[in-house]
Amino acid sequence: MLADKDRIFTNLYGFQDPSLEGAKKRGQWDNTKTILELGPETIVDIMKKSGLRGRGGAGFPTGLKWSFMPKEVKERPHYLVVNADESEPGTCKDRDIMRGDPHTLVEGCLVASFAMRAHACYIYVRGEFIREREALQRAVDEAYAAKLIGKNNIHGWDFDLYVHHGAGAYICGEETALLESLEGKKGQPRLKPPFPANMGLYGCPTTVNNVESIAVAPTILRRGAEWFAGIGRPNNTGTKLFCISGHVNKPCNVEEEMGISLRELIDKHCGGVRGGWDNLLAVIPGGASVPLLPKPICDDVLMDFDSLKAVQSGLGTAAVIVMDKSTDVIRAIQRLSYFYKHESCGQCTPCREGTGWMWRVMTRMVKGDARTAEIDLLQEVTKQIEGHTICALGDAAAWPIQGLIRHFRPEIERRIADFKVAAE
Amino acid sequence: MSLRRLAPPEIQPAGFAFTAVNAEWAKATIAKYPAGRQASAVISLLWKGQEQEGYVSHPMVEEIAKMLSMPFIRVLEVATFYTMFNLEPVGTYLVQVCTTTPCWLRGSEAVVEACKRHIHPHEKTVSADGKFSWMEVECLGACVNAPMLQIGSDFYEDLDGPLTEKLIADFRAGKTIKPGPQNGRRVSSEPEGGALSLNDKELYDGSIIGKYVPKAPPPPPAEPKKPGAA
Repeated sequence: MLADKDRIFTNLYGFQDPSLEGAKKRGQWDNTKTILELGPETIVDIMKKSGLRGRGGAGFPTGLKWSFMPKEVKERPHYLVVNADESEPGTCKDRDIMRGDPHTLVEGCLVASFAMRAHACYIYVRGEFIREREALQRAVDEAYAAKLIGKNNIHGWDFDLYVHHGAGAYICGEETALLESLEGKKGQPRLKPPFPANMGLYGCPTTVNNVESIAVAPTILRRGAEWFAGIGRPNNTGTKLFCISGHVNKPCNVEEEMGISLRELIDKHCGGVRGGWDNLLAVIPGGASVPLLPKPICDDVLMDFDSLKAVQSGLGTAAVIVMDKSTDVIRAIQRLSYFYKHESCGQCTPCREGTGWMWRVMTRMVKGDARTAEIDLLQEVTKQIEGHTICALGDAAAWPIQGLIRHFRPEIERRIADFKVAAE
Repeated sequence: MSLRRLAPPEIQPAGFAFTAVNAEWAKATIAKYPAGRQASAVISLLWKGQEQEGYVSHPMVEEIAKMLSMPFIRVLEVATFYTMFNLEPVGTYLVQVCTTTPCWLRGSEAVVEACKRHIHPHEKTVSADGKFSWMEVECLGACVNAPMLQIGSDFYEDLDGPLTEKLIADFRAGKTIKPGPQNGRRVSSEPEGGALSLNDKELYDGSIIGKYVPKAPPPPPAEPKKPGAA
C-alpha cells in the first residue's frame, strides 16, 4: 500500500480543514515562489521527467502538452483552462479534490499558467457540482485575499483565476467542446487541427488539463521528478486517485500507486467484492467509456495505462465499476448505451444516429428479443461509428458494446435462445 | 440527444427581469471575461435566472440575449442544449435521481420507486402538493456513494428505498437535512468503517512545511561521442 507520506491529496475525505490555513499546514503553497524561480522551461522539464500522464482519461504526457504552447507571448494572450467537468460514469475524484483539497488546484493553476506564460485561467466545473464550485470559489477568494494570486501578488506573476460552470452536458468534458461552451455556445467539439495550443479559447493559445493533472503539479515540482517517477512503473508513473464503485463491500475513493493490481485495490481498500472474489463477474476498469474485463483477466491485471491497454481496455479516469455474479451484464451495458445516446451532441451523423440505434438494439438484447445474426451486425455498426466522428464520444459509445460482445457473447446468445423458447 | 423545446406559449410569463441583487451579480459575472467576450456568461446568467424563477422562460431568454448583445437564437440554443435548464415549471424541490450504471448496480431502481410512490407516478410532473417533482438524470459524479440523488444544490448519498422515502417525508415536513451520506455509516467518500489511509499524524502537524525545496533537475550526463559523429 502506498505510504501516507507519498500521498498528494491529504484531505481527500474532507476530515481536515480545507481552508488556506489548513492547506498551508499540510504543505501546500510551500516554497511556491522558489518553484516559479526555476523558470518556465525548467518547470516543463521537471514535469516531463516526472512521467506524469494526463489524468482525464487519454493519458497524454502532461509535460509534453505544456511544451506545445508558444514560447513567447505575441499579440494573443495565453490561457490555461482546467477541465473540472467530471461526468464520466464511475468517476468522482475531482469532486473530492475541489471539496477537500481545493488549494492543490489553485496553486497548480498558478504554477501551470506560469509555465505556459498565461496570465489568466478558467476552471470549468460541471453544473451539477454546485457545492464543489462554492468550495473552490472560497479557496480562490482566500488565495486572492492573501495575495497568492491576482495582480501584484507575492509570487511576482500577475495571474487571474476564474471559476466557470456548465449546465449538465457530458460532452463538455471533451476539450474543444469545453472551449466552445466556455465561449457561450453549444458544447459541440471542434474539428482539429488547429489544436488548442495554437487556436483555443477565444482563438488564443490554450491548454486544457484535467483537475487532477494540475493539482498534482505543485507537489511534483516541490518533491522532484525522481520522487514521482519512482512510484509506479516505467511510462506509468506516480500516484492516482481511484474511484471504486459498484458491487464491493466498501466503495471508496483512494489515492494509490499506478500499477497496483486490481485485486489488491479491491481487496485492500474496498473490503473485497461482495460475496468474495469468486463472486466477481466483470469490472469496468476506467469509467464507462472503456471495455469491461471478465473475471479471468481481473485476477491478475495491473491498474495502469499500458497494462490495461494490453488487455484491450484502458485506464481512462481510473473509475473502477465492479459487477458481481448477480449482475445482468447486458442491462448494465445497455444503460451505458442509453447514457451515450442521451449525451451525444448531435453534430456527427454516425454518433447522433448510431448511439440511438445501438441503444435500441441493446434494449432488445436485454430481453433476448433479437436474432443471433444481429450480434455481428451490432459489432459491425460499432466499428462504423468508432473513428468516424469528430470527437471520441462515438468511440466511447462503441467500446463498451465491443467489450460486451468480446467477453459475453455466449450470454447474449443464451438470452436470445431463452426468449425464443419462451415465445414458442 | 433529446428534443427540448421551450414551454408552450400559454404558460409563458409576460416578462422577466433580474432582481436588483441578481442584476448586480450578473454585471460582475460578465466582467470575468475579456471585453467583447461577454457571451461566455450566458450559461451563468441562464442559471441565475433559473434559480430566481424555477425554469427558463421565453422572456428570460430574450432578456439575457439583450444583456449579452447576443442574437436570440444563440441563447435559445444554449438553453435547449444543456439539460440542467428546466424549460417547464418544476416543484419547489426538484429531485434528480441518478440511474446510470454505477448507481443502478447499487439499487437506484428502489430510489426511483420511492419517488414514484411518494412524489408522482410520472417523472417531470409536479406532485399534488406542488412541492416536488422528480426526474431521472445521467451520472451526477458521486459514484462511490451510490445510489444518490440531488435536491436543489445538494447531493444525498448512500440511499436505498426506505431512506429515500424518509428523505422525501422530511423535506415535505420542512425539516433540515444534512446533505451527504444518509445511512449514517460514513461522512464522505472514505470506505465504511473509517479511512484506511491518510491516518499518518505527521501529515497534519505542520512538520511538512519547508521540508521540500524545489530544485532544477541535474543536467543530463554528457553523451559520449559516437564514433564518426562530428
